[in-house]
Amino acid sequence: MNVWDYLVDLIPNLARNLRAAVEGAGFSDGAVFLVMGLAGVLAVTLFVMLLVPPLTFLERRLVARAQVRIGPNRVGPFGLLQPIADALKLMTKEVIVPSQADGLLHLLAPSLIFLPPFMIFAVVPFAPGGVFTNLNMGLVYIIAVSSLAAIVVFTAGFSSANRYSMLGAARAVAQLISYEVPATIALVTVAVAAGSLSLTGIVQAQTVPYILYFPLAFLIFFIGSLVEVNRAPADLAEAESEIIAGYHTEYGGFKWACFQLGEYTHMVAASAIIATLFLSGWKGPILPPYLWLVTKMMVVILLYMWIRFTVPRIRVDQVMSFAWKFLLPLSLINVLVVGLEVVLAPSLPVWLIAINVPFAAASIVVWAKLYRVLEGPPPLTQRREIPGVTSPLPVPEPAGTAR
Amino acid sequence: MYGSGILKGMSLVLQTMLLKKPFTVQYPEKRIEPPRRFRGASFVWYEDRCTGCATCAKACPQGNIQIITTEGQFNQYFVDRFDIDHLRCMFCGLCVEACPYDALFMGPDFENASYSRASLVIGKKHLNAAAPTRIPSSYFHPELDRIDISSGRPVPEIRKAEQEKNQDIGWASR
Repeated sequence: MNVWDYLVDLIPNLARNLRAAVEGAGFSDGAVFLVMGLAGVLAVTLFVMLLVPPLTFLERRLVARAQVRIGPNRVGPFGLLQPIADALKLMTKEVIVPSQADGLLHLLAPSLIFLPPFMIFAVVPFAPGGVFTNLNMGLVYIIAVSSLAAIVVFTAGFSSANRYSMLGAARAVAQLISYEVPATIALVTVAVAAGSLSLTGIVQAQTVPYILYFPLAFLIFFIGSLVEVNRAPADLAEAESEIIAGYHTEYGGFKWACFQLGEYTHMVAASAIIATLFLSGWKGPILPPYLWLVTKMMVVILLYMWIRFTVPRIRVDQVMSFAWKFLLPLSLINVLVVGLEVVLAPSLPVWLIAINVPFAAASIVVWAKLYRVLEGPPPLTQRREIPGVTSPLPVPEPAGTAR
Repeated sequence: MYGSGILKGMSLVLQTMLLKKPFTVQYPEKRIEPPRRFRGASFVWYEDRCTGCATCAKACPQGNIQIITTEGQFNQYFVDRFDIDHLRCMFCGLCVEACPYDALFMGPDFENASYSRASLVIGKKHLNAAAPTRIPSSYFHPELDRIDISSGRPVPEIRKAEQEKNQDIGWASR
């Protein structure tokens, strides 16, 4: 076996070699299982943790370029050691717990923030045969696990005993629960089309990436995941201008760094899901499969960053009404149409793309018109006449009552 | 409408990221020439013009300027001390405006950090040593915009040379 072949199937080969080595050492079956499991956990954790610090650096450099600045370039060549400098600086800071805070929960939240994204990576296939556990209901597992982030964020906000943190936590939970619904329904189309809930099965079913077959489902899930990972256009939970960093107001130093890294870990996990479900995962010519997955993840991450550089923060009511009045109906329509297509043409012929792309564009335009009707005219401030009182100033109606 | 605005903005951001040169000037290595009428530190003072009238000291809102004079033989004053305290100076320029003999000018400096307080009280010796080399700010003296008194060259020519020097840091070209 030459080196290239070994590298192409790196993950299964490494696993096979490790298993052979452990079995050769005379361990029992249970011990072998344990060692293999721990090695898998270590590999996945290392992969994510090695990916995240360069991402923070990359984002800072890119956002600097978008704002016609240079960005961090003083530490090391091109500033590449900036994440290390940041980590060292944050680790040396004092640990402060507010006197009214729930100490245990306050400590627990930043350590648990990494849990949901790592758990998602347990079912993401990096290569054919290179998956930590090939769950036959991996999609359901992902949906269940990704909601756990809301609990961690709420724990952080609740235990801080701070009104702003509580507000941020409430926003995070409301946002996450709202966007779970359309995003999950968008995932149904993928499951229906692939005929499988296992992520490996879904990747194998994608001869053409599903982003071409189901652009509408991709858009809905992309926006949903964007909001769920609390990134810029929808980072209401940590809006520094309104609620001073929201749920992590009371966190400083390394705990704060945990939240920051956790946010990036969430983004990496979301990009892995999108790359697997819509961009045909590890499939691709020439390069080894895991490199294809990482490339596709990077494309999605750069898209997230690009959107963050462009779009300003959305208002709370706009975020919520967008989920319930726009994305949810669209995702239901999408499920209906895709269901019909799968029933009528189960082999998913390529000409479905020619139907689905115009359908996505048309449904977005039509529902945007309807959305305007549902929303009604924007609230006006009207002069309210109070009988018996002659006021020299116009008394504004409270917003939202005048329709 | 229908997200086209967002797409437009995103394309603009991409163009900025790919095409525009960073505006930042990396300060300690490269620096921007301050504007001609900059009200900066390092006052420029010409002893031969100064009559010791102390109008500047009276004009100073903080009382930063200390002048001690001795009376001379032919109805004139000799300036013994002329101290400007940079620590409390807010660079308002009122002393320059007050000077009836055009002896005091603002300077182009902005780096005031020092290890001792005493070194920030600029005295007569320092001012005299610096006067021939410093270019006075044309604050309150717009006539200096045209002629540079230190070199005697017309200012537009100097400005052009400065601009050419700064081309590589992308400041003057914008």
